[in-house]
Amino acid sequence: MRKNKRRLDAAMKNSLLFAALASILIVMLIGVFTFREALPAFRDIGLEKLLTESVWRPGEGQYGILAMIAGSGLVTAGAVILGVPLALGCAIFLSEIAHPNLRALVKPCVELLAGIPSVVYGLFGMVIIVPIVRGIDMPGNTGFGLFSASIVLAVMILPTITSVAEHAIRSVPKEFREGSLALGATKWETIQKVVIPGARSGIISAIVLGLGRALGETIAMIMVIGNSVIIPAASTGNPLSIFLSRARTLTGNIAVEINYATGLHESALFATGVILFVLIMIVNSSAKYLMSHGNTGKNR
Amino acid sequence: MKLFTSRFLTIVTALALLIAACGGEGEEALTATDESLEGELNLVGSTTVQPLAEVLAESFEALEPSVVVYVQGGGSSVGVRSAADGSANIGMASREIKPSELHEYPELIVHTIARDGIAVVAEPGCTAVSLTKEQVKQVFAGEITNWNEIGGENLIITIVAREEGSGTRAAFEDMIMEDALIVDNAILQPSNGAVRTTISVIPGAIGFLSFGYLDEQTKVIAIDGVLPTEENAVSGEYSVVRPLNMVTYGESGEIVDAFLNFVMSEDGQAIVIEEGYLPII
Repeated sequence: MRKNKRRLDAAMKNSLLFAALASILIVMLIGVFTFREALPAFRDIGLEKLLTESVWRPGEGQYGILAMIAGSGLVTAGAVILGVPLALGCAIFLSEIAHPNLRALVKPCVELLAGIPSVVYGLFGMVIIVPIVRGIDMPGNTGFGLFSASIVLAVMILPTITSVAEHAIRSVPKEFREGSLALGATKWETIQKVVIPGARSGIISAIVLGLGRALGETIAMIMVIGNSVIIPAASTGNPLSIFLSRARTLTGNIAVEINYATGLHESALFATGVILFVLIMIVNSSAKYLMSHGNTGKNR
Repeated sequence: MKLFTSRFLTIVTALALLIAACGGEGEEALTATDESLEGELNLVGSTTVQPLAEVLAESFEALEPSVVVYVQGGGSSVGVRSAADGSANIGMASREIKPSELHEYPELIVHTIARDGIAVVAEPGCTAVSLTKEQVKQVFAGEITNWNEIGGENLIITIVAREEGSGTRAAFEDMIMEDALIVDNAILQPSNGAVRTTISVIPGAIGFLSFGYLDEQTKVIAIDGVLPTEENAVSGEYSVVRPLNMVTYGESGEIVDAFLNFVMSEDGQAIVIEEGYLPII
């Protein structure tokens, strides 16, 4: 009996080990495969040219992805500017202010947002948001562009940021709040001076996770951003008009063109993927770093 | 247990490698040699030719009940490559075969099975009705930027085009743009349908569509006074017409020959007309 039990134990251990190794293996395979396909592009075009040239004309042998990097960067920035205040407000409300019953209603709704397929967000953006944005009277504004894309993306990253930030805020020890209130601070002062600083690292990593999610979004972006290969620029004296410019994201570049690409063109698209892969890896590992190191700081 | 785990790992690794390898090579297609016409036929390529090929395949299957025809999209370039490397019996391409492709795959045989017109279309409220070919070129190259320069109202022109690599775009560039390039700030959409929808909602938008996608959502623009209609395309008056090709590589086998013969036959060409494309004369 005893021997059998031990054997079962070993079997369980091994199969769990396999499960753990499988994901490492898959990540490595995807990484290696993507890199292998991208190799001709890195060799024939060169990393420097890829990253610093803004002209993308595969038909003419010009492969610069700077415009796509700018597009991805700007649309992500726009989504963070629009989405983060909303998500943090929601997280603070849910964890500090909302009555448990209300929380039980609102929280699933926020989580439901994460379950909507991105193509539905894209469709919503195309039929509702783009026509509204088109109403802004600026030369060359068609509604398709960074602003519409940022709005759609802001909604898409809302559930990620809200749930991670809410978790961080809730894990601030109750005694901190009690101590603050006992010292005569109001509820808002407590939130502002004790709870938020206490959850700071968790909140930052929530934002960074949202950022990673935003960088990877594809189909919804293709549908509203216009996909033009240009470095976005302000069309008037107002610098904010840059957001009415069309753009293309790194993800969109791959998805739009991969169906038709062959040879070096295809390889350059894989290179776009490698760069995106690296970018997202940097973003995610900085989130991990902030989560594990931030908590040992002065606030804990 | 150790043995079991390591064997399992080997299987998974092998599977993963297999999947990775498939990405490069594609699956081996069955080539039938049987004389009673029994087997499979794989068609891969242009999404413009795909719907037509599907209808043709259905009729062919009705004629030859023991043949199964599979039709798959992927784009013109994929079609040419699949035919050349044998992963498809027939490749579909909605453009001329490039010299570079013929150079790389010298045994390619091109069969033009139909023709398709490309129309320049604008948003339904557009007041301009006819442009010269030169004007169309200047508009798409970004040299003309306002409708009032070409007989419309004072409205900025917004270009909507297909993405780089699309057969429709390649054909349009070949026949209209020549050396000029489509302007960078054009809105690019990845399908004819998406281009149509985008044009229909933007005031001042202009773009190009395959004849099969023309409807009341967009307004057609005459080129040099000739409207893009099937009649004008057949008569040769409307010249922005591209071939729809099927390509085979080297020895093609009986089923492939039978299928292509059917496509070129009167019955096959009747289907081409029915589906809104132009028959080969």
